[in-house]
Amino acid sequence: MSKLVKPYGDTMNDGKVQLSFTLPIEWSEAADEAARQLVGKMGFNDAQVVEGRRIATGFSFFVVYASTPQSIDASAIKAPSAKAHAMTMEEIDVYIDEHLGRKVRVAGACIGTDAHTVGIDAILNMKGYKGDYGLERYRSIDAFNLGSQVAVEDFVRFAKEHKIDALLASQVVTQKGSDIKNFTALAELLEAEGLRDRVVLICGGPRVTNLMASELGYDAGFGRGTLPSEVAAFVAVTLANRLAAVR
Amino acid sequence: MELRIDQKAVDRCRALASDIVAPVEAFIEAHSTVAVERSVLRLLGVDGIDSQEVPIPNLVVDALTPSERSRGVAYAFGRMLAETGLDPFALGQAFAAGTYRLADYSHVPDEAARGALRPFVEGSLRRIRSRREERLERLERLPQLPPPLLYVIVASGNIYEDRTAAVAAVEAGAQIIAVIRSTGQSLLDFVPYGPTTEGFGGTYATQENFRIMREALDEVSEREGRYVMLTNYASGLCMPEIAVMAAVERLDMLLNDSMYGILFRDINMKRTFIDQHFSRMVNAYSGIIINTGEDNYLTTADAVEQAPAVLASQFINEEFGHRAGMPDAQLGLGDAYEISPDLQDGFLFQVAQAQLARQIFPTAPLKYMPPTKHMTGDIFKGHLIDAMFNLTAVMTKQTIHLCGMLTEAIHTPFLGDRTLSIENARYIMNTARHFGDEISIKPGGVIERRAQSVLTQCETLLDRVNEMGLMEAIETAMFADVSRPPDGGRGFDGVFERSTGYWNPFEDALRGAESGVA
Repeated sequence: MSKLVKPYGDTMNDGKVQLSFTLPIEWSEAADEAARQLVGKMGFNDAQVVEGRRIATGFSFFVVYASTPQSIDASAIKAPSAKAHAMTMEEIDVYIDEHLGRKVRVAGACIGTDAHTVGIDAILNMKGYKGDYGLERYRSIDAFNLGSQVAVEDFVRFAKEHKIDALLASQVVTQKGSDIKNFTALAELLEAEGLRDRVVLICGGPRVTNLMASELGYDAGFGRGTLPSEVAAFVAVTLANRLAAVR
Repeated sequence: MELRIDQKAVDRCRALASDIVAPVEAFIEAHSTVAVERSVLRLLGVDGIDSQEVPIPNLVVDALTPSERSRGVAYAFGRMLAETGLDPFALGQAFAAGTYRLADYSHVPDEAARGALRPFVEGSLRRIRSRREERLERLERLPQLPPPLLYVIVASGNIYEDRTAAVAAVEAGAQIIAVIRSTGQSLLDFVPYGPTTEGFGGTYATQENFRIMREALDEVSEREGRYVMLTNYASGLCMPEIAVMAAVERLDMLLNDSMYGILFRDINMKRTFIDQHFSRMVNAYSGIIINTGEDNYLTTADAVEQAPAVLASQFINEEFGHRAGMPDAQLGLGDAYEISPDLQDGFLFQVAQAQLARQIFPTAPLKYMPPTKHMTGDIFKGHLIDAMFNLTAVMTKQTIHLCGMLTEAIHTPFLGDRTLSIENARYIMNTARHFGDEISIKPGGVIERRAQSVLTQCETLLDRVNEMGLMEAIETAMFADVSRPPDGGRGFDGVFERSTGYWNPFEDALRGAESGVA
């Protein structure tokens, strides 16, 4: 059953939102009015400029409250999660023993020019994240952390030479779409090398969603707050399912 | 407010740092790198690129035979200079055009090379000295607001957009502008050339970009009546070359750490140690304040556990700095506000660490880095965490304060984000300006016990590093849980042994020269 929803301020369906933005103009009362009318043109009703001031020569900052006439049927939205297979480290180790009967080889890297290893380290390093051990600690996983600024070509060569089962590509820097470019380059190179179907391909980073990952041709995408066991479980289940499909 | 700390333990830490650095220093003195040699050429005035966009300093150094290289580029280049009678810039251009070849001048005696270089060495040092005097004159005439000096980053990738953002930030109250570099630049073994308008996660450090930003900041400094400082990054494979460019373009600060590149960028440790030494000699002379990178220990591992490593690294950076001729007033030793906001009394631990550094390094312009690791998309909470960071900085009298951004985890700051961040800092630092002077720390309380424990653990850590040797300690992952082998990592092929006849005219001139502290 569909249920249309709107933003909630203090009354059902009031549609209240808060906006803040900078305009490249000197502040004046007319600038406040320009901000108000601009918010109206964005499609909002009842725009109120609650703060407007000069922040630098030629720049003004505004805080605006307004109501949206739009609504959405939230029940009709699909955003599949890659975190569906909750298991602990011990359970995953047993699962891999039973379903694959061998160690799983996982390699991770910050690809392209990205030097921010905080995400990939949280997933791979022994220490892990929020008390959830990293993949290096798993008895059933051989984890390779290639670190930062790894060229896509080197990552694929490594995967080939070390018979990697799952590749974790991390991107923290997203300026001018560099993350998407790098993720795409990796997927395309794996495809070109004929390796794509042989690996579980995963991307991660603070701006990554599972939906975006599937659009880029990845098996899964993990965003902010992901625990190592969530990634390990996805890899284990995906490999087991593939093996079962072949048999 | 004052912590009671064991001064004997502090003295022992300093003595240990000295013992740790001494053998590395001996190694440094017996070696050079391609980056150091390129810096010599840049100091002489060699600049520009060839038709393939290769910087001319790289062309010349790459053309040296191994035996020429082991004596330093100065002789080989000086020989050409002696015979051609050109100035170094013109000779570089002609060399790039293929007019002259090093091999054709091997007959020229060393003395002629030395004689030909002398006026250019003196001219170069004079130029740097005049930039340093310019800074002092401006600081006198255009006094800064009292510290903590508010520092913000611009990073659009486009130097002209950066200029707009920087000027706006200065109008909001910023005292220091850092142009963060494009993420890949630390691994380039050359310095890009000319003004740039494309970059990822930052803007390329080029001499022309330095000049463009310096000019804009000088202009707004006059308008605002306070001198605005400019910062860039002397790190990565071109560390000493950036130091030279910064000296010439009157940058005021440089990020420059003795171990950061090794641990966090996988740059070869020998390369880094040699490069940091020469770059710091240049920094000392040009009056540039370095900012060290201890914040990285905290962002990559647990901040509570890593506190002793931060202090140990501060002692080591101090020692390396002193040995390169830098006085305390040029050592912006680093720390960061990175303890989890969920930890009860985390704020007390932050105050303990910041005050500990303040007391141990009383005249160093300490560099305090903002929360990043625990910043999320919740900008409202982020703004609050930044406020606590701002309070800690003003209470403990930090000197260089990198303003935290409410949008830290989201994007490179918008112009409006930077203003909100600076307004946050100005509000807190004004309303609590003398708070630290008015309170005393409870003897034997949480803060004091934490500070004492960090100091004790730091001494233990330094003791272990000293027993093992610094290079071996890094190999066994004693710092930041990262292991780096002495002959591994990027840039190792650019390290070479000095032969007995090695000569670097600037090293000779800078050794013993008075530092240029601002």
